[in-house]
Amino acid sequence: MTQQNRLTSGGRIDRSKPLTFTYNGKQYQGFQGDTLASAMLANGINVVARSFKYSRPRGIVACGAEEPNAVLQLGATEATQVPNVRATQQELFDGLVSASTNGWPSVDTDVMGLMGKVGGNMMPPGFYYKTFMFPQSMWHTYESVIRKAAGLGRAPREGDPDRYDSINQHCDVMIVGAGPAGLAAALTAARGGARVIIADEQNEFGGSLLNGKETLDGKPAAEWVRAVVEELGTYEDVLMLPRSTVNGYHDHNFLTIHERCTDHLADIAPVNQVRQRMHRVRAKWVVLATGAHERPLVYANNDVPGCMVSGAVSAYINRYGVVPGNELVVMTTNDYGYQAALDWADAGRKVVAIVDTREAAVGDRTEAARKRGLNIISGSAVIEVQGSKRVTGVSVAAISASGSKVIGSVTKLKADTVASSGGWSPVIHLSCHTGSRPVWNEEIVGFLPGETVQKQLTAGGINGQYETAAALREGFDAGQKALVEVGLAAAEVVLPQAQMLKVAAPMSLFHVPHLKPTSQAPKQFVDYQTDVTAAGIEIACREGFEAIEHVKRYTAMGFGTDQGKLGNINGMAVAAKALNQSIPETGTTVFRPNYTPIAFGAIAGSHSGALFEPKRFTAMHKWHVEHGAEFEDVGQWKRPWYFPKAGETMQQTLNRECLAVRNSIGILDASTLGKIDIQGKDAREFLGRVYTNAWAKLAVGKCRYGLMCGEDGMVFDDGVTACLGENHFVMTTTTGGAAHVYEWLEIYHQTEWPELEVYFNTVTDHWSTATITGPNSRKLLAELTDYDVSNENFKYMDWKQITVAGVPARVFRISFTGELSFEINVQANYGMHVWEKLHEAGEKYGLTPYGTETMHILRAEKGFIIAGQDTDGSVHPYDLGMGWCVSNQKPFSYIGKRGMNRSDCTRENRKQMVGLKTKDPKQVIPEGSQAVLDPKAPVPMPLEGHVTSSYWSENLGHSIAMGFIKGGLDKMGETVYYPQADGTVIEAEICSPIFFDPKGERQNV
Amino acid sequence: MLHIYCPHCAEYREEEEFHCAGQAHIARPLDPEACSDQEWGEYLFFRKNPRGLHHELWVHAAGCRKFFNMTRDTQTYEIKEVYKIGEQPSVVAE
Repeated sequence: MTQQNRLTSGGRIDRSKPLTFTYNGKQYQGFQGDTLASAMLANGINVVARSFKYSRPRGIVACGAEEPNAVLQLGATEATQVPNVRATQQELFDGLVSASTNGWPSVDTDVMGLMGKVGGNMMPPGFYYKTFMFPQSMWHTYESVIRKAAGLGRAPREGDPDRYDSINQHCDVMIVGAGPAGLAAALTAARGGARVIIADEQNEFGGSLLNGKETLDGKPAAEWVRAVVEELGTYEDVLMLPRSTVNGYHDHNFLTIHERCTDHLADIAPVNQVRQRMHRVRAKWVVLATGAHERPLVYANNDVPGCMVSGAVSAYINRYGVVPGNELVVMTTNDYGYQAALDWADAGRKVVAIVDTREAAVGDRTEAARKRGLNIISGSAVIEVQGSKRVTGVSVAAISASGSKVIGSVTKLKADTVASSGGWSPVIHLSCHTGSRPVWNEEIVGFLPGETVQKQLTAGGINGQYETAAALREGFDAGQKALVEVGLAAAEVVLPQAQMLKVAAPMSLFHVPHLKPTSQAPKQFVDYQTDVTAAGIEIACREGFEAIEHVKRYTAMGFGTDQGKLGNINGMAVAAKALNQSIPETGTTVFRPNYTPIAFGAIAGSHSGALFEPKRFTAMHKWHVEHGAEFEDVGQWKRPWYFPKAGETMQQTLNRECLAVRNSIGILDASTLGKIDIQGKDAREFLGRVYTNAWAKLAVGKCRYGLMCGEDGMVFDDGVTACLGENHFVMTTTTGGAAHVYEWLEIYHQTEWPELEVYFNTVTDHWSTATITGPNSRKLLAELTDYDVSNENFKYMDWKQITVAGVPARVFRISFTGELSFEINVQANYGMHVWEKLHEAGEKYGLTPYGTETMHILRAEKGFIIAGQDTDGSVHPYDLGMGWCVSNQKPFSYIGKRGMNRSDCTRENRKQMVGLKTKDPKQVIPEGSQAVLDPKAPVPMPLEGHVTSSYWSENLGHSIAMGFIKGGLDKMGETVYYPQADGTVIEAEICSPIFFDPKGERQNV
Repeated sequence: MLHIYCPHCAEYREEEEFHCAGQAHIARPLDPEACSDQEWGEYLFFRKNPRGLHHELWVHAAGCRKFFNMTRDTQTYEIKEVYKIGEQPSVVAE
């Protein structure tokens, strides 16, 4: 099939470069410079979609971002699938593969369409909710069927092969839109020496100037555009971004620009090129020159393929050399609609009639049409369209001056295309993004940008200035204003001469009347993409939805991927009429980012896969990998979880690791624990205020365990702090809590106690920590140091500055396993060296590396808590049975003291930490299990507590668990039950959480 | 995304470098033990949620690590002023 709608000359396409593309499995041809939509129209493709709810055939309506119907699935392979692409914005490339997203078995023969026909009147707004919400449990079943039938495109099932990128930008003036206003602003700002970014969503700059036959200075407008672009290219500080949609306008003049770098080249980006790039721009001033979208009129069967907006018809003819039909009827409320008829006639095809809803409007465009001898029918409207997959004819009738009713008899005309214009809606979306409410303007019959706190200027169509001369002038003024605002001198610019056309006043008409009342007339669509009709909006209003936001949600108006760019204003007008109030009284819905749909890839940029989040590795990470460690994520840290040997199950590994520690020696990489260096003459006082226990008497060379609470008295972190000198301490925190604790110390110091002289510095990454633990750990340490590490010289809770394996080390004799332990801290770049030396020397003792899981089991055998696992922000030290770690002697009311004395904290029957021994020693209670006293009690059973830590203990030969029980410390020996999801019940006895070595003798040898 | 002037660094930086630490000017009672449960509860939990001007505590977390106060309009997100700890705002709600 040839391109039957292609003109032999004209347009900005290159006829010497034919491109082949596929739509729904069939091959077609277009030209370089086409959009997918213009190429489809050139080939006479009428049906591009089936509608969302009624499954009606739909065709291309518009030629830009506002297109509601031609929303296609792109991609030649599974991995390159892209949903929701507007064919009107997708440039054609050779080999492009596209498909419609709904319609079964195809858009041309669709089964759901039959249902839409018979069921149309039976599917009012809210139909799906009303029909399928009961019983509620079935909604998910219905939903999947409904969604499939509706079809919204689909995500690829394979990984995206392309790369995405983001870049931060700064500028004096950010200009959004490169039509006449935007270009004039950019030229002015650039000549004035400003740093300028100008972005436009189209493939080339020029905007509306590319769509018509206008002249500037007597020459085609495109020549002026070329000259301006050329000049802008000579300025170092001007960045021009075509194919770049400013998708979001955020606070403080922060804008996000979605640049499609290679979407126009191929299915996959060429080697070493990114597919899309997100520009994150901070601009001193912003000029919105976003233009306007033409509104279609709402009339019966206005969704039949062949019904378009008039400006799009002109654009396809002038820019792409495509006439999207043979016989045109124009219906317009304003002068601009006439242009489509003039262009159509110029293209040599038949203009059946221009139906003007106004009586005797006289402007330069209407006169041009009259002179051409075109058939103008005034005071009338196209009240209905005939046809199914393509317009076959229209019904025209005279209407009242207010546009509220049909007053004449109906004439039928034969036509295959209807171009309608209900006026223009300024593209105020970006202005709305920052919270500015649009304001209705009666003169232009549309919403204008409202007041804003942003440093924002507007120019051209967005202000309702639709004549080129006016747009140029406003752009120039905005450029000059921006220059002054950023402290630069005004620039010299001579604007080109544009034709000043006389324009007659438009008529305020949105919804064209029909012979029948709206509810009985054929469907009059307001929002094509979500199938919202004028009748549907009337019903919503009748059912009591009076706020426009509610009407929107009830009918789904504006909820499509097009955000209702074409339909929203019409919908508000229909609602206003139904509610018998004005449009300003009805108000408007506003827009949020993003302006057009955007690929997740572009949002993620390079932050995907391995770069999704930074990973933190200890100095010994390579060794762990080489020794087969399985890793666990703790915050951003990769910590060894356990070290399985060939053939071992995880439990077997844990059993082996646990036994090795208790019987001989194990080694743990503890480098990830947070370490904060604290110095200053008031460091000790400060510690006393942030920890619950006493620090006044901790001697130099000693370590102490501390609990940290919030002002509410609840435990949030714990760790050991060592006294390095009278004014010098090093605090350890949990791995995950390090950043929070660090900020916690700072906030109290800076905002509450600035009089204390104390300084904090994070040194987590500066140190590597190897913990050796087990009965043989002293022997091993002795082999690597000359220092006397005997119990007499190096006592429990001492720390020593000594040399280990030839390097300076801070060795802490503290224990998290209950065994004799030494934590060897060395400068991080010596970490691997010391680790390897320990292994060489430790081999004869069977030195066994273990990870976080064995660490958890061993500490649970001792009843040591892990903050964040055994605490959840609702337990204070007494709940944990750790009253020994709370000082009541300290003079200063430390953080947590007042909180834990609140009446709720001191009441009876709080949940308290206990140990749990299962009746069947082999059974391990799942963590999170809820405790009940009577497993036969009716559901919901009264809950008594829950399990926080639970493991198999190979050392003890039975399971162990820690958990909370109401009043648990007074319930030793009592039985509790843990009902499981599978109906079984685990019985356990409440006991001390210290399961092993209750007197603590082993760490003290 | 806010563009925030750090009064300590004397530079505008992106919001990503900062944390908001809640309402400003909430002094810890000098004698907590003298507070009733209700008074302590109000210090701990009760915060303003105004539509309009609000004084907030921020920290330049990925910068100088210093805390400062900010007067911000919660409706328009305009930052009216920033000032150091211990200073009082010059812009206040009527």
